[in-house]
Amino acid sequence: MSGNLLSLAIWIPIVAGLVVLSTGSDRNAPLARGLALFGAILGLVVTVPLYIGFDKTTSAMQFVELASWIPPFNINYHLGVDGISMLFVILNSFITVLVVLAGWQVIENRVAQYNAAFLIMSGLLNGIFCSLDGILFYVFFEASLIPLYLIIGMWGGPNRVYAAFKFFLYTLMGSLLFLLALIYLFFQSGGSFSILDWHQLPLALNTQIWLFLAFLIAFAVKVPMWPVHTWLPDAHVEAPTGGSVVLAAIGLKLGAYGLLRFSLPITPDASHELSGLIIALSLIAVIYIGFVALVQADMKKLVAYSSIAHMGFVTLGFFMFNALGIEGALVQMISHGFVSGAMFLCIGVLYDRMHSRQIADYGGVVNSMPKFAAFFMLFSMANAGLPATSGFVGEFMIILGAVKFNFWVAFAAATTMIVGAAYTLWMYKRVVFGAVANDHVAELTDINGREFLILAVLALCVLGMGLYPLPFTEVMHASVNDLLQHVAQSKLQ
Amino acid sequence: MLSNFIVPDLVPAAPELFVLAMACVILIVDLFVKSKERTLTFVLTQLTLVVSATITFYTVSYDKTYTFANMFVDDQLADLLKLLLDLTVIVVLFYARGYIAERVSMAKGEFYVLVLFATLGMMVMISANHLLVLYLGLEMMSLSIYAMVALNRDSTQATEAAMKYFVLGALASGLLLYGMSMVYGATGTLEITEIAQALAQGAVNKTILVFGLVFLVAGIAFKLGVVPFHMWIPDVYHGAPTPVTLLIASAPKLAAFAMVIRLLVNGLFFLSPDWQQMLMILAVLSMAIGNLAAIAQTNIKRMLAYSAISHMGFMLLGMVSGVVDGDARYAMNAYSSSMFYMVAYVITSVAGFGMILLLARAGFEADSLDDFKGLNKRSPWFASMMMVVMFSMAGIPFFVGFFAKFSVLLAVVAAGHIWLAIVAVLFSLIGAFYYLRVVKIMYFDAPIDNSPIPASLDTKLLLSANGLAVALLGLFPHALMYLCAVALISSL
Repeated sequence: MSGNLLSLAIWIPIVAGLVVLSTGSDRNAPLARGLALFGAILGLVVTVPLYIGFDKTTSAMQFVELASWIPPFNINYHLGVDGISMLFVILNSFITVLVVLAGWQVIENRVAQYNAAFLIMSGLLNGIFCSLDGILFYVFFEASLIPLYLIIGMWGGPNRVYAAFKFFLYTLMGSLLFLLALIYLFFQSGGSFSILDWHQLPLALNTQIWLFLAFLIAFAVKVPMWPVHTWLPDAHVEAPTGGSVVLAAIGLKLGAYGLLRFSLPITPDASHELSGLIIALSLIAVIYIGFVALVQADMKKLVAYSSIAHMGFVTLGFFMFNALGIEGALVQMISHGFVSGAMFLCIGVLYDRMHSRQIADYGGVVNSMPKFAAFFMLFSMANAGLPATSGFVGEFMIILGAVKFNFWVAFAAATTMIVGAAYTLWMYKRVVFGAVANDHVAELTDINGREFLILAVLALCVLGMGLYPLPFTEVMHASVNDLLQHVAQSKLQ
Repeated sequence: MLSNFIVPDLVPAAPELFVLAMACVILIVDLFVKSKERTLTFVLTQLTLVVSATITFYTVSYDKTYTFANMFVDDQLADLLKLLLDLTVIVVLFYARGYIAERVSMAKGEFYVLVLFATLGMMVMISANHLLVLYLGLEMMSLSIYAMVALNRDSTQATEAAMKYFVLGALASGLLLYGMSMVYGATGTLEITEIAQALAQGAVNKTILVFGLVFLVAGIAFKLGVVPFHMWIPDVYHGAPTPVTLLIASAPKLAAFAMVIRLLVNGLFFLSPDWQQMLMILAVLSMAIGNLAAIAQTNIKRMLAYSAISHMGFMLLGMVSGVVDGDARYAMNAYSSSMFYMVAYVITSVAGFGMILLLARAGFEADSLDDFKGLNKRSPWFASMMMVVMFSMAGIPFFVGFFAKFSVLLAVVAAGHIWLAIVAVLFSLIGAFYYLRVVKIMYFDAPIDNSPIPASLDTKLLLSANGLAVALLGLFPHALMYLCAVALISSL
């Protein structure tokens, strides 16, 4: 059983998705929902042993599975997790359960396909985090576009077709060049697609720079980094709530994870060489996109831009090459998974009732939805990085790391504390406080038991991680230190 | 006189002889068939193909076997391609049957006989070891198909397509023959193995030979349908009755691939630096024009026609990556990646055109993109099959099209043509747009008509199997890759 936990984490949701799909038309919607929830919970349950059985003392890959897949090209079904990827597998499986719950009453149209798309996507995303073979990674990376494309296009808003195409083609553009980089590495390494082999592969600086740029195009689009971020606000605004949650909580982490798995260890010299570029782009994302978020009139767009700014923080943390920075970035990624997921769910709660995401249509929501207002308050504070919430831990660690690296970088990054607080709390104020804006707001009903459960679970995660982050950070130490040693060693000959 | 006559070994050509005999028999039997649906003719045709495949399977020749005074060759490449060819035609006929039976002007036995003769022509092309035999096979296939395109004689569109195909096809045949005569002039032989020997010995006039090569490549390019010899493809795909389009889009691609291998690799391998350059230009142009023009189409048959052009261009990328600076180390991998690409494309494209036939019914052609609107509401299962086909053609994993593109790209990078690989992936990106649009039409748009899918059960089952094959070969592409590699190695 423990021998193929990762395979179970990948294939249980996918098989569950196919089963859900087979329930067919909306007449069987209750059955589809029940099966989907069962599949999602089962998928989460099998990831629990990953944490319990995880050996914190080693940086080696754990729960490894290795089987030959396509022998002529030496492509293997090679899975394994370390301290960097393990938490994302659990996070993803966890978010999937919430997403299935979040769509429970809201989605009434093609229920089986909706739930199946999320389950299949969940399995594919787990596959990305577990892959230790370059082509296996790529295959999961690319295949995960299909479900999200369908989710945005089938259950999205009025401009969904444009957003779905933009999302798909933008990401595909990045990943096709990434594929060529993988093929190039295959020949450089004498016929291996193993990511771990590539970590040891000596490469000339020139080659490293080209590879780094190919990786960067793929991952920068996915993160997304300024200036290739423009697909994200469109995708978020048009996607249904569940789609936005998965995209923000997991989708954006893929790019950052790719940087850690590919760019830093395979091309360490190029990473040092071009770190200035990445830091500059990250700071632009943090500061400029922060101001862009300030002026948004649409709540989802505001949170989308805030996600870009937060991810700017993550890429900043990676390229300062110290343990605080990288661990802070990882913590930030997980925290952002909770917080942005929760923010999109909160907006979804409002949207389900009012069918509007415009800040101007709201005001005084606290009068009719007090319980909701309390949760929304907590998540907004976490988004702004208030101490004792998970949002604070990562940002603080990254700023500490930045101070070690360069004071002015740290200073610029720290302005996010102000801008982030400004755009989040200002939105919160306009939506929740003040006089009741109109009759629709006055008639709002507070959250029901299902919504309460979802938000409460997330609130516990946000507070728990903010107050006691050790369970999250202690599993990372060994892997992050190993990564840092790796990056510090030149691969030039 | 008679004492000089040696009876040739007929075993290597047994499948061809059987198809020939049966085609003649069916032609006569059909005269006595009364039923409008031509059930007997259909069954006999299918049986012929099944038996031909069985003969091919049981007479697989592990060595190269020559017969008919070295004019005809049987090797594993020929056997594999013939098996795939028979299988493709069987599937095509199953898909086509309902459509043919519903249309009075086409419901004649001739269709089946012509299909058999076209198949015979393709089999001869696959096994040709002599330029004239190759030409005979090619013409046999082409003439049968010209007639099939015009089978619906009341349709001006089909007649125009047939005329266009015939005139351009005749021109291409002329070019090919002219090239062959040049090769004959330079080497003094028409036998492909002897041409290769003559080149190896070096005592040939290279100017004449390369001059001839240009015409040969032009002829091949026409049959493959690559730019700038692609003009007929959109018109013929669009104008021909859909079952004929289905046939043209699938089986002849396998034969054309055999022609590429026989002429360029078996015969003119020593000229590979020359033909690689030519094919490289054709490949890049095809990917560019095919993918760009496909975006503008509103008719799905036309769109798939341009997509076919771009796919043939991509397939050629493998052929241009065989020899680098005289080093043929990667040649086998490169050519077998092309072959794998071709086979994967044929499997996918059969399913794609099969979907158009599935939606067609009496008096209604489902060949506009809009006819696919809201297919997900009408039939989620077949919408998902079409989605699999589209994503496979776009080269998205986990479908077979991804591994086809991947293996060709691997060959291209191995040959050091990184810029070519970059061009190829950029055009794939453009191509992804119009495949995605089909998915959008099926899944995001509301249906125009809500009628249930009319096709018969066997078509539905077969089409499902075909779609699943595209998906499963994407998960486990290894066996097919291996077969292609083994077959190619045996042919050299």
